[in-house]
Amino acid sequence: MDSLITILATIVAGLVTFWTARLIHRGRKYHLREIAGIKALEDAVGRAAEMGRPILYTPGYGGDIQRPTTIASMNILSVVAEKTAEYNCELIYPTHDPIIMATAQEVVRESYSRVGKIDRFNPDNIYYVSSSQFGYAAGVEGEIVRKKPASIFLLGTFEAESLILAESGAAVGAVQIAGTDSTIQLAFFLIACDYTLFGEELFAASGYLSGNEATLASVWAQDIMRILCVSFVALGILSALFFPESSWWKL
Amino acid sequence: MRKFLPISVSFVFGVLMFALWFEDSESRSMLHFTLIDYWQIIFAFGLLVGVVSFISVASRKISRGEEPFYNGVLIFGALLMPTLAMIDGLQPNSYFQWMFENVQAPMQSSVFALLAFFVASAAFRGFRARNAQSIILLLVALIVIIGRAPMGEFVWGGFDELIQWIRDFPSTSAKRAVLIGIGLGSVTTSLRVIFGVERTYLGER
Repeated sequence: MDSLITILATIVAGLVTFWTARLIHRGRKYHLREIAGIKALEDAVGRAAEMGRPILYTPGYGGDIQRPTTIASMNILSVVAEKTAEYNCELIYPTHDPIIMATAQEVVRESYSRVGKIDRFNPDNIYYVSSSQFGYAAGVEGEIVRKKPASIFLLGTFEAESLILAESGAAVGAVQIAGTDSTIQLAFFLIACDYTLFGEELFAASGYLSGNEATLASVWAQDIMRILCVSFVALGILSALFFPESSWWKL
Repeated sequence: MRKFLPISVSFVFGVLMFALWFEDSESRSMLHFTLIDYWQIIFAFGLLVGVVSFISVASRKISRGEEPFYNGVLIFGALLMPTLAMIDGLQPNSYFQWMFENVQAPMQSSVFALLAFFVASAAFRGFRARNAQSIILLLVALIVIIGRAPMGEFVWGGFDELIQWIRDFPSTSAKRAVLIGIGLGSVTTSLRVIFGVERTYLGER
């Protein structure tokens, strides 16, 4: 039964994404609501340029490259790197995973190249710290305390190190934009950071920033599927209330 | 070719791993574990790249005169542990184990212990009653803290039930709403990667 539901849900997700992609391709406009954290992105980079301090971006300890959150974080990194190149800022990217490091180097190099500032790209700023959770936390915390970045981006999958990093960032007075798929760590980010991307906002941010047709279509598909989910939950509640003997909603 | 190959690999293995989820046989688990073994081999090579990059970045910083003491300690630590393992092995009474138990583990515990102080400072900021929402947050936090403390049951016997209600209803429903959003975002991002629409990880926009 579980397999059947998963197949059905995936087919529905695929069809909805395909349908929204066709609509957008035919010129249908889709308006994305403004996300405060993403709107603040350019200000955060501008602030670093004005203060002459670096920007620190880290994807957290919990993710590896095959995780969708890390891919979403790479999308945002690509835009942040473009802005740092335009504003002549230093971008520091410490990570716990060598494969993420190699991918991030490629993403940042291409971003610098797109704005014609490839000469300013420094691969040494995107580096591997440690595969140990608290070794990574201590390394990034040390970097925050020593370099005092003007803006910090904590976007990815975080575990217990989230609050250590966010509080260290708050202590040096950095503007912090955070986002994660971990509901436990979201609470810490909400308290310690200036802007927090909630749940699907982290994934929608890439569509918002890139304006890419296919990415926008998938964000629109996300919205439609959410409406379907909520309708299903509402129908289940009504069914359980008025027909207590029914059980279809217990799928 | 530089883009075609990784996109094709993503498509083939994305579809394969998805299809394997529905198959329940011995050959399926064999294929699944073989793929995971390959992933670990790739990661081991990746780790080598990471360590080489780590040491070369620290060495270049020393040669430029940037934080020489700190970077020196980093290189010393990174080289010391594998050297000890090669000289004396990894058995229980080896130098490597001694270093791990008496240096590395206490350092990791110390960093973890910092969390207690950070939770206190974050709670101090978060629980400031600035508006209606933060007042609600403060009240709920007070109920949970007092109810969970040993003195809670002497103050009021109904704390346990109230806390359980807060956890089961407002807290769980909010968590599920966020989880549904994350799940949908993950599905659409994965579809984008599998079908080659998402190419940022290759440096494209």
